[in-house]
Amino acid sequence: MSATALRPARAFDPVGWARANLFNAWWSSALTLVLIYAIVRALWGFIRWGFVHAVYSVPTGANGVPQTGVCQAAGVGACWAVIPEKIRFILFAFYPFDQQWRPALCCALFVALYAISANRFFWRRELALIWVGTLVVVGILMWGGVFGLPYVPQYKWGGLPLTLILATLGLAAAFPLAVLVALGRRAANLPAVRLLCVIYVEIIRGAPLIAWLFMATVMFPLFMPEGVDIDKILAAQVAIILFAAAYLAEVVRAGLQSLPRGQSEAADALGLGYWRKMRLIILPQALRLVIPPLVNTFIGFFKDTSLVLIVGIFDLLKAGTTAVADPPWQGQANEVYLFLAVIYFAFCFAMSKYSKGLEREFDRSRRH
Amino acid sequence: MRLSWTDPTLRNIVWQVLIIGAVAALVWYLVRNTERNLAARHIAGGWAFLWQPASIPIGEAPIAYIPSVSTYGRALLIGILNTLKVSVVGVVLATVLGTFVGIGRLSPNWLLARISAVYVEVVRDIPLLLQLFFWYGLLQAFPPPRQAFNPITGLFLSNRGIRFPALEWEPAHGFALAMFAVGLVVTWFWTRFADRRQQATGVRPPTWPVALAALVVLPVAVWAALGAPFHLDLPALRGFNFQGGLTVTPEYAALLIGLVVYTATYIAEIVRSGLLAVPHGQWEAGGALGLPRGVVLRRIVLPQSLRIIIPPMASQYLNLIKNSSLAVGIGYQDIVSIADTTLNQTGQAIEGVTIIMLVYLTFSITISVFMNWYNARIALKER
Repeated sequence: MSATALRPARAFDPVGWARANLFNAWWSSALTLVLIYAIVRALWGFIRWGFVHAVYSVPTGANGVPQTGVCQAAGVGACWAVIPEKIRFILFAFYPFDQQWRPALCCALFVALYAISANRFFWRRELALIWVGTLVVVGILMWGGVFGLPYVPQYKWGGLPLTLILATLGLAAAFPLAVLVALGRRAANLPAVRLLCVIYVEIIRGAPLIAWLFMATVMFPLFMPEGVDIDKILAAQVAIILFAAAYLAEVVRAGLQSLPRGQSEAADALGLGYWRKMRLIILPQALRLVIPPLVNTFIGFFKDTSLVLIVGIFDLLKAGTTAVADPPWQGQANEVYLFLAVIYFAFCFAMSKYSKGLEREFDRSRRH
Repeated sequence: MRLSWTDPTLRNIVWQVLIIGAVAALVWYLVRNTERNLAARHIAGGWAFLWQPASIPIGEAPIAYIPSVSTYGRALLIGILNTLKVSVVGVVLATVLGTFVGIGRLSPNWLLARISAVYVEVVRDIPLLLQLFFWYGLLQAFPPPRQAFNPITGLFLSNRGIRFPALEWEPAHGFALAMFAVGLVVTWFWTRFADRRQQATGVRPPTWPVALAALVVLPVAVWAALGAPFHLDLPALRGFNFQGGLTVTPEYAALLIGLVVYTATYIAEIVRSGLLAVPHGQWEAGGALGLPRGVVLRRIVLPQSLRIIIPPMASQYLNLIKNSSLAVGIGYQDIVSIADTTLNQTGQAIEGVTIIMLVYLTFSITISVFMNWYNARIALKER
């Protein structure tokens, strides 16, 4: 008889399951009842606000201004009319209206880039080329000025593409820097370089990102020689790169530390020089080990790009808050916040699911 | 040492000189540019601005402050106090909430475990700043003071904040508090005595009656003996705002709620993984010794999981303190917000950034010293 036939039939037994998982003790039963009540109350409240009493469209007045009076009436729930009305502004901010297919295409390119990078088939040297290529194409699309695309200056950029650019370019530039800093911090026979790396990491991690963003927008113009004007977005981008590099360096360092010493000694025994040893033996293994925490750090920085709104850059969050500062829509902040939350959540949740999957896989392969 | 490129010592020295030289050259270049730019803008360096009157309006000052009279130094001190005020309360509340949620995720109750998991997964994937805007909007949506919610006597919820009664302070309260402090010391000594007694004889003298007497009965007796004074300063509506009582501003409340709700998700994950890291055999071994489940948790499992929990917990506390700088987004004046206003008004960018750095560095060093001490205390004592 085969093993499958011996296994007892797995009948689904809702009553038994509920007794084991919901009503397994008197306090558990009480808790279950309280929680069910709270969930039903909250869900019912949300459904009434978001669907039953919601307003999906508003009439437009004679002067082209939407008549949002119906949304302000008592007992009315969400006013979803704000989303279609403002979606182009929230996603692309002040980018010229007729050219907004360009940032939209950039967003699609970024998503494709993330999908490719997540696929293990592409984990090879060519991936760096794909990244550089994508960033160049994104630059051409956003700025324009070539191939018949009208030029769009940086101060008009905004919304989702700007958030994605700040995050992606930030991490793409921070990662190599982080690897160098991590290696520097581990270089036992270069004490001066090690000290330099320690100082860099500790100082950057000592103050919050907001402080660095303020500093970047105030200090970078002072750093530049006369006549050189530094753009606010560029200043914030540099601040994000330097900030992210310090945190990523610590993650990479953890990977370097967890590698057994024998790997390094074996590479030495083969007569490999420092850079070849790192490139061929140490880094491929160390980085592989820290992919899950790296992805978690990426998630953190993706969320943290929203802080640039404090220094007046029109990222996704700033575009959203500006959209609801428009007088007719002033009461509709929560609808827009929910919309923004869904966008951020979609990106972060995808990344965190991915990192959890990798973690499980690595655990499995380590056990064998 | 040979003068040859194949000599590792020489090579290392050359490399270090080159790298440090390049960094020093870059720093020198930036410093020179900065000096020129500052000179061109007629900004003199130095700390003299700290004693100049500050024209920063401050909504929430724990110490006396008058705009245009008080100095920048005092304004910055208020910023530090405001950061401390939100961070200390935030750390305590986030730890409590996070611990409950972390344990809740491991609960045998399926519903509780699911809700805890959904809370953690959803809240940590949404930017904190967006959450702060949401909470702030929610608190501002309360009616104006005249139509304030008044769920119980003396508690008012309005768009000016949460107003609640304050205890009018009498000397008797001070004595009762002092008695409570004495009670804490007595309890601590009694517990140590009970531990030693248990080790020597195997019988543990009762501890909770002593603790109850020292911590509750005696302070209450002192308070009652002094006439049991108890007067509440009730807030009341006068004109357009409330008089009396204490206020929690909407800015502070939104920042605190946002920080606690957000950081608790990270703390919950730390607590959960810490508890999971203790092998199940420890529970079973404790049970085999005949210990009740609560004692096993307290005496066997928790001390072991704390060793795993403490280091990442310290960095979460630091994150909470650093994240409190998002206050500037909703108009709560923490140190970063006030330093930024100062730096814009005086042009003292370098000094302003230095102050921010020093303040956060002090916080992080304090926390790591405390956490290292605590970690060393609970670390595995090996031979």
